[in-house]
Amino acid sequence: MNAITEYFGNITQSLKTISIGMGVTFKHLFTPAVTIQYPTVKMKLPERSRNRLYVNMDDCIGCDQCSKACPVNCIEIEIIKSTPEDDLGITSSGQKKKLHVPVFNIDIAKCCYCGLCVYPCPTECIYMTNVYEFSEFDRNNLIYNFAKMTPAEIETAQIKVKKMDEETAAKKVAAALVAAQAKAALDATTQTSTPQQPTEPQ
Amino acid sequence: MIDWILTQFPDSILGYIIICAVPLLFILPYALVTIYLEMKMSAHMQDRVAYMRTGWHGTLQPFADILKLLQKEDIIPTAADKFLFILAPYIVFIGTYATFAVLPFTSSYIGSDLDLGLFYLVAVSSLVVVGILMSGWASNNKWSLFGALRSAAQIVSYEIPTALVLLSIVMIAGTMNMQQLSQLQSGGISDWYIFGGPFPIVKKLLLLPLMFILFLVQLTASMAEVNRTPFDIPEAESELVQGYNTEYSGMKFAIFYLAEYANLFAVSAITVVAFFGGWGSPFGSFMSGGVWDLFWFVLKGMFFVSINIWLRWTLPRLRVDQLMYVSWKVLTPFALVCMILIGYILVAF
Repeated sequence: MNAITEYFGNITQSLKTISIGMGVTFKHLFTPAVTIQYPTVKMKLPERSRNRLYVNMDDCIGCDQCSKACPVNCIEIEIIKSTPEDDLGITSSGQKKKLHVPVFNIDIAKCCYCGLCVYPCPTECIYMTNVYEFSEFDRNNLIYNFAKMTPAEIETAQIKVKKMDEETAAKKVAAALVAAQAKAALDATTQTSTPQQPTEPQ
Repeated sequence: MIDWILTQFPDSILGYIIICAVPLLFILPYALVTIYLEMKMSAHMQDRVAYMRTGWHGTLQPFADILKLLQKEDIIPTAADKFLFILAPYIVFIGTYATFAVLPFTSSYIGSDLDLGLFYLVAVSSLVVVGILMSGWASNNKWSLFGALRSAAQIVSYEIPTALVLLSIVMIAGTMNMQQLSQLQSGGISDWYIFGGPFPIVKKLLLLPLMFILFLVQLTASMAEVNRTPFDIPEAESELVQGYNTEYSGMKFAIFYLAEYANLFAVSAITVVAFFGGWGSPFGSFMSGGVWDLFWFVLKGMFFVSINIWLRWTLPRLRVDQLMYVSWKVLTPFALVCMILIGYILVAF
């Protein structure tokens, strides 16, 4: 008798559970879909989402702090000193720019979107945008070059700074020469009364 | 309609070829619609939207699928039995297509007005098993063979409850002719066999619960016969890759696919003819005759196709032993008991 009740119990239970399941699927047939038709419709990004980096080169002072903060070394910066007669303008926060930035590359393929480069920037010129669609067929296309200087500009800046360096070096040599002569004259007058002082290394 | 075609082509085999091709006019558009319907229904049941890009709400997607299958490379594995491998999908399709010969689409059209219609139907649908076994064996792949063996075991088991159900219908109707079967139920919704058939009220009420049980048996068994979830163990993706049609690609795969969908309609149509009055309008003589017959037949058929799709996306797959349990320990005894009781009722009243 027990087996018979179990047999019919199983059948009624399966019919019941199947109808419950069918009820659930029928209900979902008319629930609005959760699909977002992606390329045409986009999800709203969270307010503080971190995506592709952008550098506003007008504000960059070439301090290299972002590059130092980067945990994966994806930011590459080169700088050239400016000469006193150069006016590189000021940043939007009023700070005077003193360095040329001929190279400012971000390898976005390496970037881990941690945002650590954003915080140390004194002029807030490097920041995360909400652009996240930038796939490429070639990995090299993911190295973004933000620097605005043309090769000609870089060359003139380099020549200028070289000239300036040479001039200061020449001045230094001349000054050292004058100092040495003065010292020799002094030595001649005082003879050996004072112990010899070590000469300043050039 | 058959006679009309034959008079157009007197003394020629051409007329017969055209008659043979008539069900294709139905099957091909039907398959496209059903593929679309299935994808959309399954997607919405899972709160998705399915294809949306090709045409309005993805309506052109089935055409794109067919086009893709047509231009795909037709791969035949080196170790396969080439002859059987090529033959198998066609046998499966022929087995399915042959059932369409006796489906009464309207009161004036039936491919072949056989007096042994139902018997022929049960017999010819077994041909599918041969094709499936053939494909599994010829693929020379263990998964395919497993799938084919399971499919054969399943179809053969589930043919018994189906045959018993159809036998009960034959006992009530007194005919195996599909056209006459529909004719008997053409007096509106209350004459349908699911509601006891066109009998006096006492006999009707006695038959009604039995017919309802038989209908459930038929619905379950027909689902198992078309190898669809929850009875899709021959194709069980998670166990057998894709079952008997694992090694097939391109057009041959498309034919398997087409055969599956055609078979789905065929079994639904059998349910419709046996229980839901075939082409008969639910309002008796109102909205019946001519194109209305076709309309009601296809509508009812599509309703059961939808039920099949609905169940497919609701239930998980059965285990092999559960499958056999359902067939041999539940459906067959129930159908048998119902058949005997119907016999008593028919004799007593």
